Amino acid sequence: MKSERILIKGNEAVAYAAIEAGCKCFFGYPITPQNEIPELLSKLMPENGGEFVQAESEVGAANMLLGAGACGVRAMTSTSGPGIDLMQEAISYMVGSQIPCVIVNMSRGGPGLGSIDASQADYYQATRGGAHGAGRTFVLAPSTCQECYDMVQEAFDIAFRYRTPVLVLGDAITGQIKEPVLCHPPVHVPDDKAGSWCLQGMGDRAPRLLKSVYLDDGALASHNELLEAKYKAMQADPRAECLDTDDAELVVAAFGSIGRIARSAVQLARASGHRVGLFRPQTLFPFPARELERLAAEGKRFLVIEQNAGQMVDDVRLAIRHHADADFFGVMPGIFVDADDLLTPILNCMRDAQ
Amino acid sequence: MNLHSEERLVFAAPSTLTDRQTHYCPGCHHGIATRLVAEVLEELGCIRQTIGVASVGCSVFTYNYILGDWVEAAHGRACATATGVKRARPDCTVFTYQGDGDLAAIGLNESLQAANRGERITVIFINNTLYGMTGGQMAPTSLIGQKTTTSPAGRSFRKEGAPIKMCELLAQLEGVAYAARCALDSVAHVNAAKRAIRKAFEVQHRDLGFGFVELLSGCPTNLHMTPLEANRRISEALIPCFPLGVYRDVTATEKAGA
Ligand SMILES: Cc1ncc(C[n+]2csc(CCOP(=O)(O)OP(=O)(O)O)c2C)c(N)n1
Ligand code: SF4
Repeated sequence: MKSERILIKGNEAVAYAAIEAGCKCFFGYPITPQNEIPELLSKLMPENGGEFVQAESEVGAANMLLGAGACGVRAMTSTSGPGIDLMQEAISYMVGSQIPCVIVNMSRGGPGLGSIDASQADYYQATRGGAHGAGRTFVLAPSTCQECYDMVQEAFDIAFRYRTPVLVLGDAITGQIKEPVLCHPPVHVPDDKAGSWCLQGMGDRAPRLLKSVYLDDGALASHNELLEAKYKAMQADPRAECLDTDDAELVVAAFGSIGRIARSAVQLARASGHRVGLFRPQTLFPFPARELERLAAEGKRFLVIEQNAGQMVDDVRLAIRHHADADFFGVMPGIFVDADDLLTPILNCMRDAQ
Repeated sequence: MNLHSEERLVFAAPSTLTDRQTHYCPGCHHGIATRLVAEVLEELGCIRQTIGVASVGCSVFTYNYILGDWVEAAHGRACATATGVKRARPDCTVFTYQGDGDLAAIGLNESLQAANRGERITVIFINNTLYGMTGGQMAPTSLIGQKTTTSPAGRSFRKEGAPIKMCELLAQLEGVAYAARCALDSVAHVNAAKRAIRKAFEVQHRDLGFGFVELLSGCPTNLHMTPLEANRRISEALIPCFPLGVYRDVTATEKAGA
């Protein structure tokens, strides 16, 4: 396709990006606030030679994803927090069996049925691996519709580069907001290099097996060492947006939709003469710790803003622990804030320092 | 003429079976079922285009015995995983091999839903009326009165319900092209089971729908029986509860017309 700019929701951007990235299988189950994704893909997938299955549950969807991913095909599912809970089993098996796939979480408030409003309370679940057995997935955190589009495309490349599930963690705001998005073909020509491991029927070669069970003496230990080495290799790919951090006294760290609101708040603070900058992680695992540490070593102070009771702040504190500590301002899930609401804690933080 | 001048091979392992000792207990019917599937795949000539989906239970290592590409599914999810495989590789023959705890308890929803969608997959279902791998606990298929490690007083209809009958359930679903129940306790039954397994693959190859074969089996280890006793139990106790037969066959009318 040619590049074109269209006005769409973040959820729609996810669907268009998947098609453009060559996704051939989508499995999903309805849940707000991400329903536009399966709805749009139920039309786009068959039109583009792909398969769309409305699964019986998120358990079903994620295990279908495992099957399609095992075939080396670009495959995706999307859901929201309660669905991610049900997908943890399959995510764990995919991590263990090294099966690539893309999983979108347009998260909502919890615990339990919670609400359908925006929330960042799934940060721990996303970055620590929510299932048993210590698996990690690569985690991208879009803050705009354009980033939803770009990151979903890239998520497939990352999934195959590391043979891992990649989680795209948005929320009700990133999914539902409508913005102009430049839709474009993939930046790189996708090369999934799946030919050496994917299932396709053995033909004339030796049989292949994708599994996560390792019962022989020492076998699981070596398998986990291999996986740990992979998580370490992922650390080479962290990414963050830095705005006005160079001369900043105070660095505001925020991700996703709160990251973009914090960005406006930082700009307001700058306009009234405060040396404030924004650090917005775009990858949550790997966490951009080294860049944060560099800023901390320069003597800057930190304020973490999240729409939860404090989760990413742990990673920020770990990153800067040799040089500084971080303050925290939390917005409870379900409360909608604007830049003015976030300006107050930023200014309070600046005042406390004086 | 010297009758002994040529050796005539009358019995050999199918080329689709690996030359490996199985981990099954002596007298377990898993070994027979595994071999039957391998024989059918050889006869159909599709092993090179086949993807197997292994389940969690005593059959977890089936991939070590039947050649081909395999993926390991989570406990109970084999039919969902096979759905993903088949959608991604529609030209491949796709099958699952599952126990009764796997297919009829934790994975009942995935199994029924895949059947109802008419996924073009073949499902081999080993009904041994208990959870073999975890030590003989009660399964949804356990018989009324059956003593297991989690029903020490015997399964009660009042508290645990009656044994679940998968073929009868699946026969209601229009996506199912073929569903049959066979037993592995005698030569005649084993031969019938092989014909049913073949049929369950053929409906997939002919794009007719979901193919299903239930195989009544024994687990001498957890039944605390000798292999012969466990074998006899199939005709004496299992078949009266789970009648053998073809429960659904969308090709049946074809034959009548032919
Ligand atoms: C989520 C989950 N729950 C429980 C188990 C433990 N488990 C392994 S095999 C099995 C039951 C196997 O029984 P069945 O499916 O009847 O097969 P059989 O061993 O009798 O052939 C169970 C409960 C598991 N692996 N995963
Ligand atoms: S425990 Fe039972 S089902 Fe499992 S291999 Fe032994 S006899 Fe067969």
